[in-house]
Amino acid sequence: MTASTRFGERAAVALKDAFLQEALTIATTKFIGLRKDSFAGFPQGEGLRDQARAIKEATLQKLDHYLEQLADNVERLGGHVHWAATAEEARETILGLCRDRGVKMAVKSKSMATEEIDLNEALERAGVTPIETDLGEYIIQLAHEKPSHIIAPAIHKTKGQVADLFSRELKERFAADPEVLTAAARKELRQKFLQADMGITGANFAVADTGTVVLVTNEGNGRMVTSLPRIHVAVMGIEKVIPSMTDLMVFLAILARSATGQKLSVYTTLVRGPRRSAEVDGPEEFHLILMDNGRSRQIAGALREALYCLRCGACLNVCPVYRQIGGHAYGETYPGPIGILLTAMLKGDRAVKDLAHASSLCGACQEVCPVGIDIPRMLIELRHRLDRERIAPLGERLMFGIFGRVLASRALFRLGAALGKLAQRPFVRDGRLRSLPLLLGRWTRSRDLPPLASRPFSERWKDLA
Amino acid sequence: MKNPVRASLLVTCLVDLFYPEIGVAMVTLLRRLGVAVDFPPGQTCCGLPLFNSGYHEEAARVARRMIPIFSGSEHVVVPSGSCAWMIKKEYPGLVGDDPAVGSQARTLAERTHELSQFLVKVLGVTRLETDFRGRVTYHDSCHLLRGLGESQSPRTLLGGLPGVELVELPGADECCGFGGSFSVRLPEVSTSILDKKIANIEKTGAGCVVSCDAGCLMQMSGGLSRKGSPVRALHLAQLLAGSDPS
Repeated sequence: MTASTRFGERAAVALKDAFLQEALTIATTKFIGLRKDSFAGFPQGEGLRDQARAIKEATLQKLDHYLEQLADNVERLGGHVHWAATAEEARETILGLCRDRGVKMAVKSKSMATEEIDLNEALERAGVTPIETDLGEYIIQLAHEKPSHIIAPAIHKTKGQVADLFSRELKERFAADPEVLTAAARKELRQKFLQADMGITGANFAVADTGTVVLVTNEGNGRMVTSLPRIHVAVMGIEKVIPSMTDLMVFLAILARSATGQKLSVYTTLVRGPRRSAEVDGPEEFHLILMDNGRSRQIAGALREALYCLRCGACLNVCPVYRQIGGHAYGETYPGPIGILLTAMLKGDRAVKDLAHASSLCGACQEVCPVGIDIPRMLIELRHRLDRERIAPLGERLMFGIFGRVLASRALFRLGAALGKLAQRPFVRDGRLRSLPLLLGRWTRSRDLPPLASRPFSERWKDLA
Repeated sequence: MKNPVRASLLVTCLVDLFYPEIGVAMVTLLRRLGVAVDFPPGQTCCGLPLFNSGYHEEAARVARRMIPIFSGSEHVVVPSGSCAWMIKKEYPGLVGDDPAVGSQARTLAERTHELSQFLVKVLGVTRLETDFRGRVTYHDSCHLLRGLGESQSPRTLLGGLPGVELVELPGADECCGFGGSFSVRLPEVSTSILDKKIANIEKTGAGCVVSCDAGCLMQMSGGLSRKGSPVRALHLAQLLAGSDPS
């Protein structure tokens, strides 16, 4: 709290980026409206949210059972299952498959799990060309950037910026028209789908009792990725497993509504193993990577609810902090309020020393979360751990220690107020404090502060009693 | 004659030290409604700033001291959604390891009311007389709205004032950017959230933005005053108390 942080600096830069501000305001406002309208016309939505939460809760209690059931069923369907304890194991498994099978190019459907393990960089180092085929992901891959939103990776770019990027990278002048730009990307990507040896996807859900991997997409690219190349690899966090198809219906009814305000996404792709003998298309091989990467540690922990997350992005759209600074300022794979929890979960508390405070605790995130994750409460818990584990800066811990003593004693409280009144004297102008030194200068840089009252209420009460 | 309703004021640290006029307005208002008001001595702060920053042992120490101060109170009335939330929702868990204090905390949680909820839900008040005139708009404090689930009571009370034209604030349910220590940890972010709020307030053409939390008022009036805006940020109690505080 005493020195400005690297996160604070990135946030300040984002605030000065006029393009980013324009893009964020337009997109998040649109998402908020679409979500609101879709739930307004869907009275059973609230009940389904409770149900979805209960399913996640119950599934996590028996996670090992459902994962084994899923693995058995995928194998029974002719697929291969790989268990990855860490990001590195997940990457190595995929690179091993590429090596053994002579894969030179991999097309990808949008997946945060593969972002989490920096898969594209690893593939490139191994001589495999990764091609992102979701339009947003394609844009940021061309721009050599990372996604700044869980479902809208290029949300930080205006259409004008995308037109400039395409014109530069594809060596042809394009108008700032979404249709023109989409057509350009489509033309580029068609060839890649046919050339690629491997298709890589994430998984929105995996149904244990049928061995089905479920992908929720809007552009049709997911279907091509899972059916055209000879190998399909799906990477999923272990918390994505759900027991049955009946449960899937509950989640599908609220996921797209929360994310984009759609009743259902345009494509819901159900993948059950590789191509079977009588089928004419589909991959020859199907691999499912079940990735832990820090998740199982959290099942019994305070951040457990973060494992319910469906990655819909609704909490980002309503977060006043995210709406101002965008996803890149967070500096992690998963941005926004849920991203802070996921980062702590995957990388440990030290990784969110500053991010844990990137929230005013306004509660808008919890209100829109389709599975009711109490994000503000868990951010408070995370802050508590930063204090307890002595990760919070010493100066801050000392200051709050003193502050705590003062608030726990009427005598010290009065003494503090009296000292404050003396100290503020030289700074009062027209009944306001307009410029204060040190920590309080962070307030008065942009806002006035009322001075401490000459007679506090506890004094004035004597006249009223 | 029926015994009067008895209520203890928990004025909060911000009202005590920065905005005593809000406390005075509460006393005036409650007395006019026939409530027997007392102010238990020794109160400081509910400990929310400590709690929200993660300093839970320190917050628990403050809570353990505050709880017995109100042990004899029939009702405890708080001019703040966030402090009321802290006492109602967090005190019982915070001090729960000591069963005796824990049970006292649960009793206090039940007896504690945010001001607008006390007026509407306990006293059944919806229409008050005041000589305040003009257009006002209302900003929902996050803790009152989402923490205590209250959006209606303050609007009912403001809408019931004869000389007041209540206009809905666009994005009324969006945070003002205060967030306690957040406002100084990330001052630029806090202020840019505030700028949106102020732009929305100005859109309404109201001469006054009303809220039920001194934290939000400090943030909004701090921004309005710095911009030289004529719009005032006032606490609900100040409007309801009867006379125009200007």
